Amino acid sequence: MPFGPHTPDDRAAMLAALGIESVDELFADIPPALRASPLRLDPPDPEADLVDRLAGLAARNRVDLAGFAGGGAYRHYVPAVVDQLLLRGEWYTAYTPYQPEVSQGTLQSIYEYQSLLAELTGLDVVSASHYDGAAATAEAALMTCRQTRRARVLISRAVHPHYRAAAKTYLDAAGIVHEEVPLVGDGPAAGTTDLGALERLMADRDRPVAGVLAAQPSVLGLLEPMAEIGRLAHAAGALFVAVVEPVSLAVLAPPGAYGADIAAGEGQPLGIPLAYGGPYLGILATTEALVRQIPGRLVGQTTDAAGRRAFVMTLRAREQDIRRERAASNICTNQALLALAASIYLAELGPHGLRDVAALGAARAAELETALEAAGAPRVHPGPYLNEFAVRVPDADAVHRRLLDRGVLAGVPLATLEPGDPTVADGLLVCATEMTTPEEIGRFAAALADELGSAGEGSLRTDAGEAAVNRRIEVATR
Amino acid sequence: MSVTGPRLQPTLAERSRPGRGTPIVAHPPAGALDRIPADQRRSNPPALPELNEPEVVRHYVNLSQLNHAVDTGFYPLGSCTMKFNPKVNEWAARLPGFAQLHPLAPDEAAQGTLQLLWELEELLAEITGMRAVTLQPAAGAQGELTGILMVRAYHRDRGDEGRTEVLVPDSAHGTNPATASMAGLRTVNVPSAADGGVDVDAFRAALGPSTAAVMITNPSTLGLFESRIGELLDAVHAVGALAYMDGANLNAILGRFKPGEAGFDVMHLNTHKTFSTPHGGGGPGAGPVGVGEKLVPYLPSPRVVREADGSFRLERPGERPTSIGRLRSFVGNTGVLVRAYAYLRSHGTALAEVSDDAVLAANYLKHRLAGSYDLPFDRPCKHEFVASAAGLRRRTGIRTIDVAKRLIDFGFHPPTVYFPHTVEEAMLIEPTETESKETIDAFADALIEIAREAEDDPERIRSAPATAPVGRLDEATAARQPNLRWRAMTGREMPCPT
Repeated sequence: MPFGPHTPDDRAAMLAALGIESVDELFADIPPALRASPLRLDPPDPEADLVDRLAGLAARNRVDLAGFAGGGAYRHYVPAVVDQLLLRGEWYTAYTPYQPEVSQGTLQSIYEYQSLLAELTGLDVVSASHYDGAAATAEAALMTCRQTRRARVLISRAVHPHYRAAAKTYLDAAGIVHEEVPLVGDGPAAGTTDLGALERLMADRDRPVAGVLAAQPSVLGLLEPMAEIGRLAHAAGALFVAVVEPVSLAVLAPPGAYGADIAAGEGQPLGIPLAYGGPYLGILATTEALVRQIPGRLVGQTTDAAGRRAFVMTLRAREQDIRRERAASNICTNQALLALAASIYLAELGPHGLRDVAALGAARAAELETALEAAGAPRVHPGPYLNEFAVRVPDADAVHRRLLDRGVLAGVPLATLEPGDPTVADGLLVCATEMTTPEEIGRFAAALADELGSAGEGSLRTDAGEAAVNRRIEVATR
Repeated sequence: MSVTGPRLQPTLAERSRPGRGTPIVAHPPAGALDRIPADQRRSNPPALPELNEPEVVRHYVNLSQLNHAVDTGFYPLGSCTMKFNPKVNEWAARLPGFAQLHPLAPDEAAQGTLQLLWELEELLAEITGMRAVTLQPAAGAQGELTGILMVRAYHRDRGDEGRTEVLVPDSAHGTNPATASMAGLRTVNVPSAADGGVDVDAFRAALGPSTAAVMITNPSTLGLFESRIGELLDAVHAVGALAYMDGANLNAILGRFKPGEAGFDVMHLNTHKTFSTPHGGGGPGAGPVGVGEKLVPYLPSPRVVREADGSFRLERPGERPTSIGRLRSFVGNTGVLVRAYAYLRSHGTALAEVSDDAVLAANYLKHRLAGSYDLPFDRPCKHEFVASAAGLRRRTGIRTIDVAKRLIDFGFHPPTVYFPHTVEEAMLIEPTETESKETIDAFADALIEIAREAEDDPERIRSAPATAPVGRLDEATAARQPNLRWRAMTGREMPCPT
């Protein structure tokens, strides 16, 4: 066994102490009829072989592409310091700080995470942590029902479809009715939550609403009328849940400023690798009024017997190991190490660095919009966005596939993300971040123009054609 | 209140000085945000701390040193399987091909990860004797919810709507009853038998047409194999209910017991327990769920599909309408699953030795404590065991909590204490297979010494720990007057302790 320290003498000594001949005797309590068939596994890989196997698998993934995919996971620069610090075994090989005297590092770091996220969201209570943005959103929806003792939740269709799907799973399980708020079809507000429809859904007094969920920015990248949505929710006695992206909070109004009672979101953009979907960081924050409804870990400041400042897990009566079937959630293991990564990221960047990340992404996105429009792919929606938006591309899925061969991950085809929405069937959801380079934008736009040109008016796949397109894009992005 | 002791650290807020920082990204062009409507913009920047990188590094390195961790010492936290976390697994998860892959990358760009996930599902199915496995759940508790929701869907599909109860032994992890509640089902707590095992007769009495599932941890949270599990499974199935196995204690039975073969219908695993993925100070984990034939149609979507040509793809949305749907975004805690896969490949056929050594170590340690502590169950344990300070308390007034705190002075992390609730003054001790005999002996010596101290010098134990960065904490005030975040940010307003 690779990491087993026992020598044959050690084993013999332990067996002798127990007065037995073989370890098999310790398994005599497994009824013979229920004993396992032999394990059909390959021989162990020595480390050098294991490294080859894993490197081979990793090499089968394509991460060389100019990446414009967002849709809930974003390619950001992760400062070297984040991983260097995470790799200290004192962090990643510890567990839940049940024994606070030997866990003050983890406990203080969680208290600091709560404080940092409180500053970002403008809400005072932050739990540390949830599985991802989807699970945090589902937990937020359940919180609104516990607090209001109502059993109906409205979710904007502009909330990420995976979050809506996870919320559906959790809410169905709890017997809570959930309905989607449609989006505005056309006009200047196209693609954002339909406030009139929301008002109509709330008007049914026999079916009072516990919570209204909307996302800022929305899954389509658009800025939503969050203050108005919150006002409508509160007017009907419902709570308002804002689903947020944390980097954007450096420059966009925070949930606390527009009256959200709960903020949920995906913390991946805060220094966490894409890693094909996880492990990520579920952000969940709320007001002091709802502190006893929030699930997940909370760390508070206190003192020790000598009067020294110290930190400890607190308000534990919400948690499953104390409260069992009456707990606020079944969550136990969470995403603590990712909360630590987010904290280190925020400490390293500071308020100005984070603002620069958000603003640089916005600037690159504007360049991308101009370049794609010049290439023949205009935006689908007219409203303001931060760093992600949808463009219209005929036969988007096929074009997306062909662009892979040209080294471009051309965003996310909306037909795969939102298969139920025909209005975006020919849309590509594209994003830019501070990592997006002008060269990548040029590569994407040129390849797209070529594809669209070849589909429409014969082949542009010539050096001259490409140069012409590049010139057009250069002009457009200047 | 003195702000810090000698090893304690100021907070990031207290370290902050306006104007400090480290340039990480280029400055954006002027006017980058002009197109954002003014009423959507943030009026004041978030009051994040301002530090330069050397201070960030000192802060987190010094804080880290306040932690006990597997890498620093013995961590026999029962039920948590604090085994060694191989370093090559960390390397693997950081390979750019894995770490930089976007979760919405098309299947053709993700063949390496998809193959790894598919192979991992196969490996876990072989180990558990289950028909199929989902890797989507982010942790054991989410795996439990996944499993119970599949059970609900199964009954509902058969028109069997009246099954509203989940039977759980009183020694179960708190996640089991909490999961039943989240799944909209009622928990029925079934008392354990005197020998610590499930009380099959009590279960029989509680089983009926309203039973949806029985959740059993095997080996139990007492570290005991449920020898009557066959009878219990028969009784469960006889009333049309399904059997869920909490796989938290799988580290005891690798290669010895395959729950699927024995008749369990569904189970979850904890990769951060059995398969060495790091506990991360509380997470992340991953909670794969294995199912028998009956529940395969209900597995969460998307599953990884292997095509006839050997390529891999994710299921499309809506492709399998019987699925219970999604529990989370994307496909799972993939970075954790890479580590679990690396662990399984590095062990292969040697996997059974893991459980052999874990069980041998636990029995040896238990044997060493006989005479100093109560050992309520006089039979071989599996990978962990319960000791009790009940007798010690009666003789000396020293409680389990005191023993736990005194262990810290000997350089050990305390075991899980006061769990399971069914044993008075419980200490749940799990040494794991990666600890040497010297370490196990030193830990046993420490516990024996503490039992002796309890007779001779109880005050020393009551005032422990003496060597930790802080002493025992005032938890009552923390709960009564919660201080959950710093106020008055920036170093101008807060004293910076030295």
